[in-house]
Amino acid sequence: MARKIIPFTQKAGCQGICCEASTSILEQAAKDGVKTYVQRMENMSAQPCLFGQGGTCCRNCSFGPCMLIDGVAESVGICGATPATVAARNFARMVASGAAAHMDHGRETALTFLATAKGETPFEIKDEKKLHFIADLYKVKTEGRRKEDIAIELGEKILAEFGQQEGALVMTKRAPAKRQELWKKQGVIPRGVDREVVEIMHRTHMGTDQDYRNLIFQATRCAMADGWGASMIATELQDIMFGTPVPLRTMVNLGVLSEDHVNIVIHGHEPQVPEAMAIVSQEPEIVAAAKEVGAKGINLAGVCCSGNEILMRRGIPIAGSFVQQEVVIATGAVEAMLVDVQCVMQGLANVAKCFHTELITTSPRAKIEGATHIEFELEHALETARDLTLRAIGRFKQRGKVRIPDRKMDVVAGFSHETINYMLGGTFRGSYRPLNDNIINGRIRGVGAVVGCDSCRVESGRVSTTVVKELIANNVLVLVTGCVATSCGREGLLRPEAAELAGPGLKEVCETVGMPPVLHMGSCVDNSRILIAATEIVKEGGLGDDISQVPAAGCAPEWMSEKAIAIGQYCVASGFYVVFGRTFPTAGSKVLTDFLFKEIEELYGGMWAVEEDPTEMAQMMIRHIDKAREALGIQEKKERVLFDMAMRQELDAV
Amino acid sequence: MSKIIASAAIRGAHSIVNRAGKDYEEALEKWGPDQKVGFPNTAYYLPVIYGMLGIGVEKIGDMKEVIERCRLLLPPLVREKMHLPYLGPVLDAGMATLFADEIIEAIRYLKDPGFYLTGEEVTDNQIWLGAADDVILRKRGVEFVDGTAPGFAVILGSAPDPQKAKDVAEELQKKNLYVFMHADNKGVRFSEQLVEAGVQVGWPTRLVPFGPDPTSVCFAAGFAVRAAMSFGGLKAGEFRKILIYNKDRIFAFAMALGLVTDEWYAQAAGAINFGFPTIADTPIPEILPTGVCTYEHVVSNVPYDQLVSKAIEVRGLKVTISEVPVPVSYGPAFEGERVRKDDLYLECGGGKSKAVEWATTKEMNEVEDGKIELFGPDITDVEAGSRLPLAIVAEFAGRKMQDDFEPILERQIHHFINYAQGMMHIGQRDIAWVRIAKDAVEKGLALKDIGSILHAKFHEDFGAIFDKVQVKLYTEDEKVNEILESARGVYAIRDSRIEGMTDEGTDTFYSCTLCQSFAPSHVCIISPERTGLCGAYNWMDCKASNEINPTGPNQPVDKGECLDQKLGQWKGCNDFLFKASRGALDHYNFYSIVHDPMTTCGCCECIAAILPLCNGIMTVDRDFRDMTPCGMKFTTLAGTIGGGFSAPGFVGHGKYNITQRKWLSGDGGIKRLVWMPKHLKEEIGPRLKKEAEEMGVPGLLDMIADETVGTSEEEILPFLQEKGHPALSMDPLL
Repeated sequence: MARKIIPFTQKAGCQGICCEASTSILEQAAKDGVKTYVQRMENMSAQPCLFGQGGTCCRNCSFGPCMLIDGVAESVGICGATPATVAARNFARMVASGAAAHMDHGRETALTFLATAKGETPFEIKDEKKLHFIADLYKVKTEGRRKEDIAIELGEKILAEFGQQEGALVMTKRAPAKRQELWKKQGVIPRGVDREVVEIMHRTHMGTDQDYRNLIFQATRCAMADGWGASMIATELQDIMFGTPVPLRTMVNLGVLSEDHVNIVIHGHEPQVPEAMAIVSQEPEIVAAAKEVGAKGINLAGVCCSGNEILMRRGIPIAGSFVQQEVVIATGAVEAMLVDVQCVMQGLANVAKCFHTELITTSPRAKIEGATHIEFELEHALETARDLTLRAIGRFKQRGKVRIPDRKMDVVAGFSHETINYMLGGTFRGSYRPLNDNIINGRIRGVGAVVGCDSCRVESGRVSTTVVKELIANNVLVLVTGCVATSCGREGLLRPEAAELAGPGLKEVCETVGMPPVLHMGSCVDNSRILIAATEIVKEGGLGDDISQVPAAGCAPEWMSEKAIAIGQYCVASGFYVVFGRTFPTAGSKVLTDFLFKEIEELYGGMWAVEEDPTEMAQMMIRHIDKAREALGIQEKKERVLFDMAMRQELDAV
Repeated sequence: MSKIIASAAIRGAHSIVNRAGKDYEEALEKWGPDQKVGFPNTAYYLPVIYGMLGIGVEKIGDMKEVIERCRLLLPPLVREKMHLPYLGPVLDAGMATLFADEIIEAIRYLKDPGFYLTGEEVTDNQIWLGAADDVILRKRGVEFVDGTAPGFAVILGSAPDPQKAKDVAEELQKKNLYVFMHADNKGVRFSEQLVEAGVQVGWPTRLVPFGPDPTSVCFAAGFAVRAAMSFGGLKAGEFRKILIYNKDRIFAFAMALGLVTDEWYAQAAGAINFGFPTIADTPIPEILPTGVCTYEHVVSNVPYDQLVSKAIEVRGLKVTISEVPVPVSYGPAFEGERVRKDDLYLECGGGKSKAVEWATTKEMNEVEDGKIELFGPDITDVEAGSRLPLAIVAEFAGRKMQDDFEPILERQIHHFINYAQGMMHIGQRDIAWVRIAKDAVEKGLALKDIGSILHAKFHEDFGAIFDKVQVKLYTEDEKVNEILESARGVYAIRDSRIEGMTDEGTDTFYSCTLCQSFAPSHVCIISPERTGLCGAYNWMDCKASNEINPTGPNQPVDKGECLDQKLGQWKGCNDFLFKASRGALDHYNFYSIVHDPMTTCGCCECIAAILPLCNGIMTVDRDFRDMTPCGMKFTTLAGTIGGGFSAPGFVGHGKYNITQRKWLSGDGGIKRLVWMPKHLKEEIGPRLKKEAEEMGVPGLLDMIADETVGTSEEEILPFLQEKGHPALSMDPLL
């Protein structure tokens, strides 16, 4: 496929948001002099730097910044670094940063898990089945042991993987056999979690690794330590502690905030604070305290992936996506917003100041000037959560004018890998067979993963939901995570009724299963669930023996964070075709971009692409899916096989 | 749109589970928790519950846990809007329904013991047969194994009129399927419609009236679960394997005829777990996407004349039907149909007149293929209720035809004639007995049709071993006597020929992997002196079968180097076993029960077991329902070892094999035989006597204990001591 010309021009100013409720609040806030991302974008004095955007600006030593122009022979760094090397170093550093975010999240989860096993937190081992499954993977004996003992040994083993220097991360053994072989051949099975990040930082230091292929190799190994390492560890241990998600109904958008309750909004990524808040928020004393100040009780709502964590497991509604974080406060209805790590805008502090809202940072790793810092300590989790709740209650009376738009949308969520397995066959026949069967027979064309952030550089939400709508209309079953899931939720795409928008084949399958055509699989660490789902599809049989053969593709239409780059890279390394929206950080180097968009397919069976137009993005994915279908020989309609006795005798044992 | 189905099925499941809960509470109140409860003569407890949950319900108290599991499985009702995914939950609801069905039906057995009949046959005023016992399961299950019955139809409700019911049933019979009948549509039941239309119902005609209520569907599901456990060697609680086994191997489906109630939907949801789809004659919603079943899950609004063909297409079944040019319906399903005295038009043989059948080989120029001649009066020449003598002579010719094939071909005459609706055949050789019904004669059946049947079927099934066949039928005393004379001479020669063969003198044995469709690791290797454990295949049969179908289940096995002469182990056999069992087994002994015996499948006629106290061996055949001295009934034994396992101390074998020289000869042979059921003793007595004489223990038959002596080792030991049974003075068996 011909590479698209990547736009270097940036549309000036804010493109708005695909959400009337948010637009009205933003307009009102602007009138009131509240400054949000909208004003900040308009007020920006300089347009994005072309060298920075395309990845060819090197500021790794004091000779620079060296700003390189691709295709001009003299345009190399003072040290001689080529545009490809510089772009690869910058790309690798994005992977390192993005992966590090998930790794630190995973580490925190493992620490919480171990403390929980030792009885030092208010949390518990909720999913024993999964505990046993993961323990078996890690060769931890389970027979006849207390769940706490199993968890302690497992927790220690997992924690050790973060500092492990040699060997291989255990979770990589869950991949299809053929994929593992390929990884071995390419040498990208991560040796430990942290080591791979450190090595990127070293390699990208001035005068170290100056071969773009070798840099991308290490970036891949590091990304693998995210997807098949830390992220998967985070998902699985969170499921064991907080429960593996099952299908549930809840709601999203600003309208989930309550006029007559104390609204506490939880934003960020790690589930510990949200879980603790959920435990205490309905305690009678807390409710009584809320009533004392004239509120009916506590209303918890989420933003970003903290929101997704408790939405998936507890059905707690989401008030807003990443882009909506300031809007949520601008409703004037939020008593407190608790934030921990990642994707928290510093601008929140100023927005909060315009209202009665207290912005509280809870992680020692992430403080914000102007916010209250109350550190969340695991051993005092519930006490801290109660204090935080009482602080919020204390603010209720200071509420000024409240503008909660009457906009909220029903969603069905909770689609873990386990849920999918169950929903397709129940307790006795649960499997991916119906999914595979209907992909093979063409009712479902393939599977599309639409993940990542929402972006204020485009009309927020519109790009992702357009991709999703185009995919389902073409019978592609869509899996979503992160803030894309929230955008889809706002548009009503997570309702079973959205099957009406699906093509006839997908619609029929949705109606048979009773599922929406778009399945919400969780937060951004839960992209690991998509890896497992893809692996299960392979293992179920009939669609090739490696992930790269499955009629599937992924995209992040409104990506913005470095985590998205790390996720994209581990997906490519896992065999996925991955399309990113609007811009790509290596665009300044044709050599490197060609490598990532074409040559890399020969190494991993997956590759990158970029596309600005959402409909075309979906079509690119569909073409890739059709190509995979063609290769599997399932594009042609097959005659029904009728079995006679001789054919039954050929069957292998069950 | 399947939301309607999901909603209805879940509602139905709630109602059935609630009823089961109520029945249980009442039964508990009335009889207490220790009251025994169950279906008659089965080792599988309430089989669906046992297979799926691994819970053996024996007493009322055991039902409590099952009811609790049902309640856990029951999902909430489906919401109109913003519903959660319901496919998984509705399948669970279906399974809970089947569990609840079994509880309701088991309590009915307790409350109303006469409600269901026992055995295979209906009576004039009672048709509900209830749960199939293990004897029926094994006997009928074999037909699923060898392909004579590819599956079954579960019919709920009724047809618009008795004639339509008859047509559907007959079409299902023609496709060799069993028909299980349940429930009513507006008070009318399919099985009662069949009776009204004059159709014989009961296991022998494969038209089984299981019960009048939808809850009797559990009897069909229980049959399927037990087939997987007894023939597939699957264990209780291996729910997934049992269900997949059924999806892949048992070609069953449900037919919903008439108004589909919530409770029917619930039963259908249960059936879908097994991969059994539903075909309806009413315009209910359809579920076409595939996955849990092989193809569609629910197909509706099917016109009556397409019902059966649609059903087998949806189930993914290929049925090869014999096209036999006779004016009556034809197929294995009609084999068990009786011609009763009142229906009788013509009778040949059976003691009242002579009848004989004979397959013989002629030169190519002496046979005109398809020529059928009748010498003597035909049906049309006699009045209803008449008798005639009959000789049936099938004359074969062909380059591949051998004398050895004659008895095999001859034995088929029994089946082939029986397959015709309105014809009954019993016996073989010179004790043949044919009855023809008035109905069949009305439809135009004549004696020459026997010839047409034999010509068509011999060509269809055995065309590979002969080129031409002609049939001569005689109905005059003088001619029949003449044939009888010649045939008897041939019978004697044949008997001496097979009797004379030995394992030592034969280099090539034959495998039989016919049952691998059901017991995947089971491999029979059949030698001249070790007939197949099903009793249906001897060495000669296998040889012929291999000639007929060189790539089929009977393959020549070069026995190779002898590794153990006493226990009967050969290198060539071991190599074959390893390959054919897909690596599950690498050796076994032909002549031993103690040391690595041959594998056993669920089709075995008898199972032998060691009796340590008596230093001997007992054997029990599948018709014996009671306890045996080894502490297990036949059905428990078969359930334990019948899945293709080699289980030291136990081995399956054919009845005939007991009187073959090599039967367990590695452990001492029939001199070890200390117990067997009385009726088996009577059946094989004369031959056993002869064999014992040759072994030097002429009085052995009378030394063998049976159930009249005792059914425990302690009970039979004094008898053996008193009779001086040779086993007691032999070397220790273990």
